[in-house]
Amino acid sequence: MSNHNYVPSSKLGKWFNDRLPLLTLSAHLKEYPTPKNLNYWWTFGGILTFCLITQIITGVVLGMHYVAHADFAFDSVEHIMRDVNYGWLIRYVHANGASMFFLAVYIHIFRALYYGSYKSPREVIWIIGMIIYLLMMMTAFMGYVLPWGQMSFWGATVITNLFSAIPFFGEGITNWLWGGYAVDKPTLTRFFSLHYLLPFLILGLVILHIWALHVPGNNNPIGIELKKPSKDTVPFHPYIVIKDLFALLLFLIVFAFFVFYSPNILGHSDNYIEANPMVTPAHIVPEWYLLPFYAILRSVPDKLLGVVAMFASIFILVVLPWLDTSKIRSAIFRPIYKQLYWILVLDVIILGYMGAMPAEGTYLLIARAATAYYFIHFLIILPILGKKEKTLPVPPNITDPVLGGSSNPQMVKKKEKYI
Amino acid sequence: MKNIIKLIYFMFLSLILLNNNLLAVEKKKELLTSDWSFKGYFGKFDRGALQRGYQVYTEVCASCHSMKYLSYRNLAEKGGPEFSEEQAKAIAANFEVTDGPNDDGDMFTRPAKLSDKFVQPYRNVKEAMASNGGAYPPDMSVLVKARSGGADYIYSLLLGYEDPPSGTNLDDGVYYNKYMYGNNIKMPKPFMDGQVEYNDGTEATEQQMAKDVVTFLAWSAEPHLEERHKIGFRAIIYLIVITILVYFSMKKIWSRVESEV
Repeated sequence: MSNHNYVPSSKLGKWFNDRLPLLTLSAHLKEYPTPKNLNYWWTFGGILTFCLITQIITGVVLGMHYVAHADFAFDSVEHIMRDVNYGWLIRYVHANGASMFFLAVYIHIFRALYYGSYKSPREVIWIIGMIIYLLMMMTAFMGYVLPWGQMSFWGATVITNLFSAIPFFGEGITNWLWGGYAVDKPTLTRFFSLHYLLPFLILGLVILHIWALHVPGNNNPIGIELKKPSKDTVPFHPYIVIKDLFALLLFLIVFAFFVFYSPNILGHSDNYIEANPMVTPAHIVPEWYLLPFYAILRSVPDKLLGVVAMFASIFILVVLPWLDTSKIRSAIFRPIYKQLYWILVLDVIILGYMGAMPAEGTYLLIARAATAYYFIHFLIILPILGKKEKTLPVPPNITDPVLGGSSNPQMVKKKEKYI
Repeated sequence: MKNIIKLIYFMFLSLILLNNNLLAVEKKKELLTSDWSFKGYFGKFDRGALQRGYQVYTEVCASCHSMKYLSYRNLAEKGGPEFSEEQAKAIAANFEVTDGPNDDGDMFTRPAKLSDKFVQPYRNVKEAMASNGGAYPPDMSVLVKARSGGADYIYSLLLGYEDPPSGTNLDDGVYYNKYMYGNNIKMPKPFMDGQVEYNDGTEATEQQMAKDVVTFLAWSAEPHLEERHKIGFRAIIYLIVITILVYFSMKKIWSRVESEV
C-alpha cells in the first residue's frame, strides 16, 4: 500500500512493470508493514500456505500413479507404496500432510478466536477463511475415499447418506452424488476428479484471503489498530519472513516424526483392508479432524436435524463477526471472554473425543451436553457478553508503554508479556 | 526466548500426546509382544528372522493365505529377506504359473520367474471361502497394517489358541482363540513345536515360528521400513541443524528492533 509509486531500477523492469505491475506487487509484499509484536501463533498462516503447496505437489505426483477405478484403486496404492521410487515417502507425506494441514488450520482458527481477528474491518478475511476451511474438509473427505479401503468406502457411504435426510429430494440427490444406487465405481471416479479440482479453488481463495488481509493489515496480540507504517510495525521482509521460516522448520520437525516414525498412527487400520460392500466395519469413524462435527451430527436424535446442526455449527462461525458484539478484539483485555474461550477449546476437544467413541450411554449424554454448549457459546453468551463485560484498559500503541512506561504500573508488567 | 521455549515445549508435548494416546487406544487388549527387531527409531528387520519367516509362510501359511502384492524379486531386494538372486530364482522356479496366450492362442504353464507375483493358493475369493468352511483366509501382504495392534496382534493370535472355557459350545471347524474378536476362529492352530526344520539350525518352537513369520509379514506390509527409518533420522538431524541456524539469524535480524522474538 505504501509502494504504489514504486519504480523499478532497470529499464526492462520499468517497461515490464508499466504493463504488468508484478514488481510493484513484490515490493509491496516485501515492505508490507507488520505489527512487531506478533507472537508465534501468527506464524501458522505461512505454515498453512506451505501445507497447501506440499499437498498439491505430492498429490500431483500421486495422481500420476494412482488408478481411479474401484477394481484397481487399492492395488495402485500398494503399487505406489512398493514399486514407485520413493512412492512410500510421497504417499506418507500426502496422507500425514492432510493431518498436519488440519492441525495448523485449527491453531490458525483458534488464534483468530482468541485475538478477535474476525472483527471489523476483517470480516471478509474471516469469511473467505471459513470457505477455505469448508473446502478443505470436502477435499480431505474425498481424498480419504480414494485408497478404497474399508474406511474409505464406509465413510463415503455414511457421509453421502446424510444428504438423503433432505426432505423430498434427498434420495434423488444421493443417487446423483453416487452416480448410481450405492457408493460404487462412478462415485470413486468423480471423487478423484473433485479431489484434484478443489485444492486449486482453495489456492485461489488463499490468494483472496491474503489480498483481503493486506487491505487492513494484520491484527495483533493486543488487538488495537496501528498506524502503518510506524514504530509499531516492521517490514514483512526480512523480519516476518525469517520468523515464519523458523516456525515452519519447527513444524516440519513434528511433521517428519509422523512421516518417518509413525506414518499410520493417524489413520485407521481398517483402511488397509480393501473395500467390501458386504462387510461393515465394527465402528465407522472419520479422520480425527472431522470428529467434532461427527459428534454433533450423532448427538441429535433426528437425522435431518442432526445434519442441520452439523452444518449450522460451521455456519455459525461464518456469522461470528456479528454474533460477537464486543468492540474489544483481544482476549487479553476481556477477562471473562478469556475464561470462556478456554472452555470452548475444551468443549471442542471433548466433542472430538466423543466423535471417536460409540454413540451410546454416557458418551452420548456428554456429546449432547457439549453440542448444546457449543451453540450456547456462540448464540447466547457471545452476544450478551460483548455488551456486559467489563474490559481492561487498552494501551494506545505497542511501543509506548514499554519505552515511556504507563501511568498504570500493572499495565507495564502486562506489556512485557505480549511484546 | 521464553516464547521459544514455550513453543518447543508445546510442540513436543503435542507430539508425545498424539503418539502415546493413539498408541494407547490401539493397545486396549493386553497383547503378547516380542522384542521386535524392526521397532524403534533405528529398527531394522532381522535378516535371519525374515528368511525363516518366509520358510514358515511357504511351508505352513501359503496353503491357505495368499500374498498377492509380493513378487519373488522382492525376496532378493535390499531391506527384505535379502536372499541372493540365485536363491530367489531357485525359490521362484519351485512354483508353476499360468502364462500366455502363446502364438497359437493357448495358455500354458511355466516355472515362475523373479518378476512373477507370489502364486496364490486359490483362483478367487469364492474358492478360498468354499475350501475353508465359508471363512476367507485374508491376503497377508498388508495384514500387519490392517489389524489394530499390528505385529503384536498377529503374534498374539498365532499363540492365542486355548481350550474353550467350560460351557462354551464350538461348532465343527471353529476354534477358540483368546485374542480373536468374539473368540471364535475358523483357522486351526497353525504351529506345533518342530513343525518346520530351519536350515540355520534355530530350534523351531511355536514362539520362534510365530515370531519369524510375523517379522516376515511386518516386512511385507512395509517393505521400505528400513529405508524410511534411515532417511527419517537424517532428515530430522538436518532439520534440527538448519532450525538452529535460522534461529540465530532470526535473533540477529530482530536485534535491530525493540521487540522480542
